[in-house]
Amino acid sequence: MNLKAIQNKHVDEKYMKKILIANRGEIACRIIDSVQAAGYDAIAVCSDADAQSLFVSLADASVNIGGQTPVESYLDIEKIIGAAKSVEADAIHPGYGFLSENAEFAQACADNNIKFIGPSPNAIKKMGNKASAKNLMIDAGVPCVPGYQGVAQDNPQLVMEAEKIGVPIMVKAAAGGGGRGMRLVHDLADLEAALDSARSESLSAFGSDALILEKAIVDSRHIEIQIAGDSQGKVIHLGERDCSAQRRHQKVIEECPSPFVNEELRQKIGQAAVNAAMAVQYEGVGTVEFLVDAQQNFYFLEMNTRLQVEHPVTELVTGIDLVDWQLRIASGEPLPCLQEEINLDGHAIEVRIYAEDPLNDFMPQTGKIQYFEPYENEGVRIDHGLHSGCHITPYYDAMLAKLICWGRNREEARRRLIKALTQTRILGLTTNKGFLIDLLEEEAFIRGDTTTAFISEQLLEKLRGRDNQEQIAVAGALLAQNSSHQGGWSNAEPMLVRDKLLIGGLEKTVSTLASASGYEVHVDGNSFNVSITSCVSGTLIYNCHGVSSEAVFYLSEAQVSIDFGREILNADIVTYLPEDSSDSASIGQISASTEGLVSTVLVSEGDKVVKGQLLVVVEAMKMEHRHLADGDGEVLRVAVEAGNQVKNRQVMVELKLAEGDDESA
Amino acid sequence: MSQLESSLETGSKAYRDNVEFMTSYIEKIRVVERNIKASEERYRERAEKKGKLLPRERLAHLLDRGAPFLELSSIAGFGMNGDKEGETAGGNLIVGIGYVKGRRVLVMVWNYAIKGGTISSVTNRKNLRLQEIAFRTKLPLICLSESGGGDLSGGGDPDPWGVHGFLDGGRVYCQQAELSAAGIPQITVAHGNATAGGAYQVALSDYVVLVRDQTHLFLAGPPLLKAATGEEADHETLGGAVMHATISQTGEYLAESDQDGIRVARDILEQFPPDAGTKLAPDQTEEQPLFPAAELRGIVSEDKRIPYDMREVIARVFDASKFFEFEPANDQHTVCGHAYIGGWRCGIITNNGPITPQGAKKASQFLQLCDQTNTPMIFLQNTTGFLVGVEAEQAGQVKHGSKMIQAVANFRPIKLTIIVGNAYGAGNYAMCSKSLRPAFVFSWPTARQAVMGGAQAAGVMRVIAEDRARNTGQEIPQEQKDMMEKQGEKIIASMEKSSESMYCSSRMMDDGIIDPVDTREVLIFALTTCLETNHRGTQGNTFGVARF
Repeated sequence: MNLKAIQNKHVDEKYMKKILIANRGEIACRIIDSVQAAGYDAIAVCSDADAQSLFVSLADASVNIGGQTPVESYLDIEKIIGAAKSVEADAIHPGYGFLSENAEFAQACADNNIKFIGPSPNAIKKMGNKASAKNLMIDAGVPCVPGYQGVAQDNPQLVMEAEKIGVPIMVKAAAGGGGRGMRLVHDLADLEAALDSARSESLSAFGSDALILEKAIVDSRHIEIQIAGDSQGKVIHLGERDCSAQRRHQKVIEECPSPFVNEELRQKIGQAAVNAAMAVQYEGVGTVEFLVDAQQNFYFLEMNTRLQVEHPVTELVTGIDLVDWQLRIASGEPLPCLQEEINLDGHAIEVRIYAEDPLNDFMPQTGKIQYFEPYENEGVRIDHGLHSGCHITPYYDAMLAKLICWGRNREEARRRLIKALTQTRILGLTTNKGFLIDLLEEEAFIRGDTTTAFISEQLLEKLRGRDNQEQIAVAGALLAQNSSHQGGWSNAEPMLVRDKLLIGGLEKTVSTLASASGYEVHVDGNSFNVSITSCVSGTLIYNCHGVSSEAVFYLSEAQVSIDFGREILNADIVTYLPEDSSDSASIGQISASTEGLVSTVLVSEGDKVVKGQLLVVVEAMKMEHRHLADGDGEVLRVAVEAGNQVKNRQVMVELKLAEGDDESA
Repeated sequence: MSQLESSLETGSKAYRDNVEFMTSYIEKIRVVERNIKASEERYRERAEKKGKLLPRERLAHLLDRGAPFLELSSIAGFGMNGDKEGETAGGNLIVGIGYVKGRRVLVMVWNYAIKGGTISSVTNRKNLRLQEIAFRTKLPLICLSESGGGDLSGGGDPDPWGVHGFLDGGRVYCQQAELSAAGIPQITVAHGNATAGGAYQVALSDYVVLVRDQTHLFLAGPPLLKAATGEEADHETLGGAVMHATISQTGEYLAESDQDGIRVARDILEQFPPDAGTKLAPDQTEEQPLFPAAELRGIVSEDKRIPYDMREVIARVFDASKFFEFEPANDQHTVCGHAYIGGWRCGIITNNGPITPQGAKKASQFLQLCDQTNTPMIFLQNTTGFLVGVEAEQAGQVKHGSKMIQAVANFRPIKLTIIVGNAYGAGNYAMCSKSLRPAFVFSWPTARQAVMGGAQAAGVMRVIAEDRARNTGQEIPQEQKDMMEKQGEKIIASMEKSSESMYCSSRMMDDGIIDPVDTREVLIFALTTCLETNHRGTQGNTFGVARF
């Protein structure tokens, strides 16, 4: 008998050697770390867009499953299972997002004799639908928010139920999560519109338009409990995480423990979470989310049957490697410790660094990370999948990294986190780094007084109003200095240089005039005296109005990116962008591009046309020359018909352009 | 190579006086430059109304940010043709050497804000000089043009309607054609008026960029057309950008504005071979001089009779202040030797006094040695001329002086000249002034160029008159003596004035006056400009590039 046969004889279904990670980015890197530490082989799968990513190079082996979008890659069950079989993977870790809460996928794994690292398909299914989960929880005695989760989904029925619950009311996608398909309604008159839009968003996001209604708990906190259950039916909880700091239902800051939760409440909610998990014979790690009101009443929100994005805060406070626990549970081991052995030591806070522009309605940013430098120090952990030169594509979530800091107490953790954020350098695209620092420095956050209403529109407005003129001025001086020409010397009188910068979609003109002491820079009518002390190998030392500071920068012909620590300036240099043609005289006049024979005329007088619409085809030299409308408008005159011979530049069609088109031209 | 030591007493009153004198002289030049700029500024409102950039803003927009720029002949025309304080100086052209898209280029920006950018004799001379540099350095030439054609007012010229400048203009066009044939590309952005002569300047370029609603390029504008033939036409029909882009095809690129036209010019440059500087490495690592450049302002005194040691200048300009002197024991007045500047090898010839027959022999031999090893020569002029006297003549002063001029004229490596102080008589030639065709010649404010000193010239006149009187046995009447005295004073005053650096630079007897502090940068820039010449990737043909 060969070795393989001997092994096969001894191993049961829980035998694992190779673990495939069906995910990407920072979480793939995070899982690979624990998988390899436990002695397993980590196999990555990647899309074409991710082929050069960090997680691929960290894995022991990888399978390129092609595609760009999630649907073509990480959401394609067949491709993932196929990849797992091709490398003879024994188990699949789904990470979070993508297929992590997909019961069909968990079932497909089982069908192919691959261990799915997570709960049973049944548990996923039960918790996956908000309506059925709620009913299940009510049965298990877990407190739930008053609401409606019935089958009847017509508007009159929902309006009637809403009237029973009373405003404010929350409309949610029954199949949803992550804030999509969610609407807060304060006035019943707005309900129907909210229902319709939630439905369509839900349908496109989750493939189901079923909605549930819930009483909105105002001034509430988002408290979630980390639980773990093993195959022997044991379930324990690992304390809470406070994720109240949310922007439009997306978590921004997460911490453990919650400044609001005392030991008594912790045990009460913890027990409720354990009960919830028991109700579905939960196996693996998972999270039960609750809303907690000011009176410490708590209500079941949903259960996430997977590893959470914010799991590191629990890890730093409990000292437990949650991915390692997932692996142990999957291999059939009992839970490594008892409930009484769980201790919360110190405090941990996590922020999510996103490629988004806080000043521009948090618009996701794509592009190349020109420079990335994580900060390392006591109590600082950064989970990321980045490297200098990597591309952030529009296909996936815009989260770049998670920065987590531990401290003996909350204040130390907060201080360390601000320091770490300041020192973490990401250049090349706009991130929410400065916004996160602002939040961490808000009075309410320092006090621990953060409800889900913390990041209000007023707060956003306040932060939006931040003035970046000085940063623009420094960028202007840096451009004028241009590090590629060391010490540009001249015997001529100083010349005024104007540069155009595109910052968050807004064009800014910055004028720079060399002076004896540096540069006199004008931005929006304000004047700044800036001198550049040094700008070599990405480090900028500058002086503005007598104050010397240091920053990190990236400069190319097309882009300037400066990380000032707190503030970051990212600008496209559009000084030399070609201008649009202002050919106003000829717009609307469609002239023959060549001498030839008119073969087809597709419009007649009075027709409405749109820009780019085919109007006339002229044949010459055996070639078709297509003549298109150069703006939206109406056909004023058609001067040719099929069969006509036309001369070069002969006007064939005249358009009366729609209002506004002339303006833009 | 030995390290030069300095005996310049920077704590002395003499030094402070020298610095003050030099600094105030530089300020006088800057005032003229600022007056030219102020004339431009007066046009700002009109320019902005038309959506145009001022000439110097066009230049700034063209040049790479932060790159070196060497402006040439900035005060040409100062005090000429009716100019007083510089307000109409500059010949309506701004010319220089700079960088565009990382490539060294020659630039010429028409100063349309002064007299409509019309062409005067100064304009032509500046234009011709830039072309001469183009031939020699093979640098591409970018022209941001806007000119109303010939200055019909004459601008203070005694013969305003004369045609003497007309042929100089023709030479400009001749050389444009020759440059094209020599494989040296010329790019012109036609920012506005390009009438008659201005039109040829544009159309003789290899690349023409037109600017919508701004370019008006024609042989005769509407007024002349109406006067000549009675035909009436508007600017756009006669010579607008769209017309030239679509019908006459006099231009290749149609831009939307000043900025856009300059953007196109920059894009054209990007299609040229990479900068020749990338193909060169200095002979050794550059080292800074040991003594600060700022002290260069304190060496020359206001009284030009007070001597100074040119080694003090060398110690503040050349690498590591090192100088390997040639024949140090032979003739103290003419100083020769090897040095490095910016890491590049070079020879230096300079003067601590008049050129003696021995000095001329020494310099001629040193020139031949440097020619043998293709070593560029840097002339630092400071001479009152060739030594005169029985002893000198008998030692063959004329012969050795002539041979020195011959050696300088036929010296094949790169020649660069800085006129530091005196540059009198034939010494001016022998030390490679403009007439001996150095690649570049720059003056310090203390430079004096003349056939001889004013006092000497006045003295010569007096001696000749006295000799004549003595020969005929007549006594010179007192009133004639008085007249001669007055005439002598006049000669002195006039010659002193016309030997001044600003007077000479206005008449383009150099490529510009520089702040002594900038000497090292200017020399390195000029030297590398020349050294790169053979690496520019130009390819000539017979007839230049045709526009069909």
